[in-house]
Amino acid sequence: MSEVIKNYIVRENEDYIVNMGPQHPSTHGVLRLELVLSGETVKQVVPHIGYIHRGIEKMCEYDTYKQIVHLTDRMDYLSAHINNEAVCLLVENALEIEVPERVKYIRVVLDELTRIASHQLWWSAYGMDLGALTAFFYGMRDREKILDIFEESFGSRLLHSFNTPGGLMHDVHPNFQKHAMEFVKYFRKKLPEYKQLLTDNVIFRNRTQGIGVMSRETAIAYGVTGPSGRGSGFSCDVRKIAPYGVYDQLEFEQILYEQGDSFARYMVRMKEMEQSLNIIEQAVDKITDGPFTAKVKPIIKLPEGEYYQRVETARGELGVYVVSDGKKFPYRVRFRSPNFSNLFVLNTIARGHLIADLVAISGSLDLVIPDIDR
Amino acid sequence: MNDHIYDFSQLTRHIDESLRAAMSPTWAVVVELVIIGLVFLTFYALLGLFLVYAERKVCALMQNRIGPNRVGKWGLLQTIADLLKLLTKELVYIERADKFLFNLAPFIVIIASFMAIAAIPFAKGLQAIDLNIGIFYIIAVTSVGVIGILIGGWASNSKYSLIGAMRSGAQVISYELSVGLSLLSVVIFSGSMQLSEIIRSQADGWWIFKGHIPAFIAFLIYLVAATAEINRGPFDLAEAESELTAGFHTEYSGIKFAFFFLAEYINMFIVASIATTMFLGGWLPLHIDHWAAFNRVMDYIPSIVWFFAKTFFIIYVIMWFKWTFPRLRIDQLLTLEWKYLLPLNLINTIVIAFIVMMGWHF
Amino acid sequence: MSGIIKYFADILHGLKTLWAGMRITGKYFVSPGEIVTEQYPEIRHKKQIVSDRFKGEVIMPHDENNQHNCTGCGVCELNCPNGSIEIITKRIPDENGKMVRVIDKHIYHLSMCTFCGLCIKVCPTQALAWGQEFEHAVYDRTKLTKVLNKPGSSYKGLSSKKKEAKS
Ligand code: SF4
Ligand code: SF4
Repeated sequence: MSEVIKNYIVRENEDYIVNMGPQHPSTHGVLRLELVLSGETVKQVVPHIGYIHRGIEKMCEYDTYKQIVHLTDRMDYLSAHINNEAVCLLVENALEIEVPERVKYIRVVLDELTRIASHQLWWSAYGMDLGALTAFFYGMRDREKILDIFEESFGSRLLHSFNTPGGLMHDVHPNFQKHAMEFVKYFRKKLPEYKQLLTDNVIFRNRTQGIGVMSRETAIAYGVTGPSGRGSGFSCDVRKIAPYGVYDQLEFEQILYEQGDSFARYMVRMKEMEQSLNIIEQAVDKITDGPFTAKVKPIIKLPEGEYYQRVETARGELGVYVVSDGKKFPYRVRFRSPNFSNLFVLNTIARGHLIADLVAISGSLDLVIPDIDR
Repeated sequence: MNDHIYDFSQLTRHIDESLRAAMSPTWAVVVELVIIGLVFLTFYALLGLFLVYAERKVCALMQNRIGPNRVGKWGLLQTIADLLKLLTKELVYIERADKFLFNLAPFIVIIASFMAIAAIPFAKGLQAIDLNIGIFYIIAVTSVGVIGILIGGWASNSKYSLIGAMRSGAQVISYELSVGLSLLSVVIFSGSMQLSEIIRSQADGWWIFKGHIPAFIAFLIYLVAATAEINRGPFDLAEAESELTAGFHTEYSGIKFAFFFLAEYINMFIVASIATTMFLGGWLPLHIDHWAAFNRVMDYIPSIVWFFAKTFFIIYVIMWFKWTFPRLRIDQLLTLEWKYLLPLNLINTIVIAFIVMMGWHF
Repeated sequence: MSGIIKYFADILHGLKTLWAGMRITGKYFVSPGEIVTEQYPEIRHKKQIVSDRFKGEVIMPHDENNQHNCTGCGVCELNCPNGSIEIITKRIPDENGKMVRVIDKHIYHLSMCTFCGLCIKVCPTQALAWGQEFEHAVYDRTKLTKVLNKPGSSYKGLSSKKKEAKS
């Protein structure tokens, strides 16, 4: 704790204070970063959050378990499906509902599609943060293919409250498997383009390598999870360390990089997209015929007690903590959102860098602001 | 050689003579000045609008998009519509901004680019003023523009603007060196600073071909340095929209913003036309030795077409840069200049001087 | 010496990577076949702009006799997480003069709906469905409050009961 406090300096009169945000092109949402500068060098970053606080946790206390699901969409809207799954898994585990195999594999495919879509958007936006505007359009172009698959099956492209405790809202489209495989093929062809356009680019490398180095200790101290944590060598992939669904039956690697700089975080995500493609390939074949949902009572009541479920979203570890008093509404709901922890490491790793680097660093942390504020 | 078929000097001489016949020599000069001014003003506005349109189309195609396609055929009138919109927009005044300097800045920027156009030879005989130190003059006036940027950033009383302006100052001052040195190599080759003289020296081959590899290196360095000097991506640090929202012109609105915007595009045209004049033979047609028939066909293409074709090719390359690369950081920008471009350029200049001394070029 | 070699090797490597990037953008510049833009108002005539499962709005399908499936039970209202549905029922006499409860107004606030789909899933008689309309922009917000059962419509089950009673 004391180390954390030490990172905040006493302001001096000649400090040049700039407010980055709440409306700023590269905070990607209504996040306000108060920068203390000396020249262009960042002396301190103070994040101010809460601009998009909607009280989702409080709202959950007045919703049934089925209704909570659709609220989680609105936290990390880029991992909407995975957020849904967290709540559903929690309820399923608490009530010991046996979810059909088909549902489990469909969920995995959707999880990974969501992860790829999220990483694509991040890649696009990261390119834009660093000034490579064309990257933005290429990423969006390929993400569109995933969104089309989503739209075909669930009718919505971003916030598809498709999970429900016990299974899925309705069955996926008959073409779902075919289109998922088509996407895998398509995206395998496009990934080298990403590499040539940005990853290998000498300007890009110079902008990210050695910038915003986060040691493994820092990552653990701040609870930085997800690709950002794994870029520092912090083995924190929930899919590996506490497998849920059918992740333990699938073959994939946890990507770890030791450098801890922006480029390592970038590479983790690039490699993760490839891993996700592998997972999809394996899981699509295993989608068997069967019911799309288990039998669940219309009104779910969790037995009295505390429940916790964690999943790996595209940004890190999402934890759902529910206290139930046996009624149909939960007594308390809390979310451990990955972006909240990932944001606050910014001050530690961005100090001493230039403003341009700050953009590169905060971009490499891949923040989604509504998830921070909830 | 029949390069006189599209000679504008007869036309201009004709106008000059008829004016002098009609009025006293002083008035004739005044009228000529006014005509030139009006022609350039129109040209300037149309060119600016066209370049904005071209940029939007080029970047759209590179990004798998269509680009402007609603106003007019292929969206050709889109930029005019945008200009009208900007004209009718409110000019926002910033509290505690330095009013006088704030209003002055856009004019400095636009006048600097306007002055440079005067010395550019568009076609044979189509040049407003053929100074004997033409290239020197252009380098001098184009660098005045940065003063406008600095003033604009300072007077805006905004922190982002100030950072943008300071970046721009550091950037332009360093890259001026490389631009100057790489142009110097052509001056060494041709032995003249007069633009028409430089073009004449390329009648038997453009300098980029005649000058062997050193000339090509000088051309590349010029391209990079010029892109940096006009604050365009990947060197658009002064306006770096992901860092400084819009850099030095964050606080400008309406037509004042349009001035900055237009000046940026005209500057792009100016550096491209200098590259054309110095390295690619200006308005001279492409000739290949011993291909008499080919050369004759080339001669029938008007010189002004040659000039604009070459210039737009260079503009396209500059746009290509912008829409491909990520932006540099300010210290990397300076490293690139002082550690790479400048030493290479100095060596290159010496090599060129040596080549010219030994008479090794064609 | 090795320093100088590295210096030039760096430059060459840098130029190579830059050229690789330019090749990609250049390739797309000359291949208009790759354009992905959809020209919106023009593609309206295309039959299917959105997929047939698209969640545009909640609708209540009516058959040719202007009859729907809604019994007015109010389950959808209970299950809606944000109160987008209001059910107003009325009592009318049926064949035998017995008063039965039927739907009067099924009010749906499109402006509040989060498209979670719970109402459609829970409806015991499958009276609701997704509509594929997506052009919802209006100048007046009250226009987004819709009455889903059409005027003069009635519950399908009621009339079939009537018919059964008649025959
Ligand atoms: S729509 Fe369905 S759930 Fe709603 S009132 Fe009618 S029958 Fe009941
Ligand atoms: S879709 Fe969800 S939010 Fe919309 S009306 Fe139905 S239950 Fe309510």
